[in-house]
Amino acid sequence: MTAAPALALRDITCRFPSVDGQGTYTAVADTTLVIEAGEFVSVVGPTGCGKSTLLNVAAGLLAPSSGTVEVFGEPMAFAGEVNRRAGYMFQTDALMPWRNAIGNVTAGLEFRGVGRAEAMERGQEWLRRVGLSGFGDRYPHHLSGGMRKRLALAQTLILDPDILLMDEPFSALDVQTRQLMENELLALWAADRKSVLFITHDLEEAIALSDRVVALSAGPGTRPIGNFVIDLPRPRDVAEIRMEPGFLAFHKEIWNVMKEEVLKAYARQRAA
Amino acid sequence: MATRPRIGQLRLRFYQVLLLVAVLVAWHVLTAPGLLPNFYFERANRAAFFFGEPIKIAGRIVDWFVTGEIYSHLWITLVETALAFAIGSVAGLLIGLWLGLSPMASAILDPYIKAANSMPRVVLAPIFAVWFGLGMWSKVALGVTLVFFIVFFNVYQGVREVSPTILANARMLGANRRQLLSAIYLPSAMSWVFASLHNAVGLAFVGAVVGEYLGSAHGVGYLILQAETTFDINTVFAGIAVLTAFALLLDAAVTLVERRLMTWQPRAAETDRT
Repeated sequence: MTAAPALALRDITCRFPSVDGQGTYTAVADTTLVIEAGEFVSVVGPTGCGKSTLLNVAAGLLAPSSGTVEVFGEPMAFAGEVNRRAGYMFQTDALMPWRNAIGNVTAGLEFRGVGRAEAMERGQEWLRRVGLSGFGDRYPHHLSGGMRKRLALAQTLILDPDILLMDEPFSALDVQTRQLMENELLALWAADRKSVLFITHDLEEAIALSDRVVALSAGPGTRPIGNFVIDLPRPRDVAEIRMEPGFLAFHKEIWNVMKEEVLKAYARQRAA
Repeated sequence: MATRPRIGQLRLRFYQVLLLVAVLVAWHVLTAPGLLPNFYFERANRAAFFFGEPIKIAGRIVDWFVTGEIYSHLWITLVETALAFAIGSVAGLLIGLWLGLSPMASAILDPYIKAANSMPRVVLAPIFAVWFGLGMWSKVALGVTLVFFIVFFNVYQGVREVSPTILANARMLGANRRQLLSAIYLPSAMSWVFASLHNAVGLAFVGAVVGEYLGSAHGVGYLILQAETTFDINTVFAGIAVLTAFALLLDAAVTLVERRLMTWQPRAAETDRT
């Protein structure tokens, strides 16, 4: 018997009360998503298809209407408890603006009762690893967008989570900074092979980073419509890999599946 | 380029002082008995009776501070202000946090809070005088009712507008309920509190002075009240001037504390000096 998967979302359905107050809106329907230990999985799908909903379920922040979540074989309770083995990197800024860089990086250690001296030491070490040593006393508004993302990455990784949940973490960055960050992420991931669930709407980013890409259908009632194992060699350079024939073949294959869904989502948004 | 704003600043100050001097001179010329022929009042000392005379007002202020007569009154008024400010702010902060975090309690209390806030609270002064006597505490109570709502509404708003992302992030980082309160809700509410403290300190002062004015035996408000009953308009103006100066000082003190505690907030005029 093989080891339990890091994260197993089984038959997840999420319904929300619809905006007009009558009836419900089904964001995610009967979705099963399994991430093996050490696997880097990207989920791509058209905008507004419920990708973030799925991630919030995996994080334990949102209880699904039906379905179960298992973390390393243990079922998650959702009774006010978040997924303690997961770190979450949000799409928008989630740093505490009233704490300086070192205060933000060490926040998780502080919440978990790690002593101040040890927390500061590990915090400085992580600032160094994400290239922010010397910026410890700066507040988030003093830092550039790329620096804030690196800080958020350090804030999450300092707790050494077994699972990394990432919700379009680099979507707000310019192309150059973004590719630098993607390479940094791959380097950090290669060091200790965490299980990663990476949400993006950018297919190129998904292929460049992942072991596996899962394509979702357009909402409502989002479900997986394609599963692609990306067996491109590692280590990869996200800027260079985009030129390779293997990459382009994957891109074409996945895009063929997604195209229709993207157009469907677009048509629905225009109609709304 | 770097020196131009400084000259501008200096010139600005000069014009500001010039304006003050011009107003004072005009005031003096128009009120000094016999200096100008009467053109509105029939008697030469009438203008001075209604509008006071700046030189006498200045003399009165100097007199107060030289003889030391003002210190005990000023002290009482400032203590009342400080107490009203401290009690009202802390109560507003605590209850604002509580109601902000408890949707049930806030839903129940909502109409009563609205009513209490719309009530002209100065009318409570006679009731406080009955409850707390004519001493300091009735003035403090009046000030507290004024300060409390300002701080309360700001904290309440601040707690409800905490970024859900920052909150979710803190939960994922392992914060429990108590840690969310101290690490997220409180600091987030503090920026709203400080926005309200300038108003709050002014209103604490208003509470103290109005309370004294309505019935007391000490304080600057009492001095003004006394002077008014004898139609001593110069002393009334002197009291107003002293109160204004101290209100400005209190406001400056709040700004100072704010600067120290709120370094994380970007200031509009701030550029990176590093």
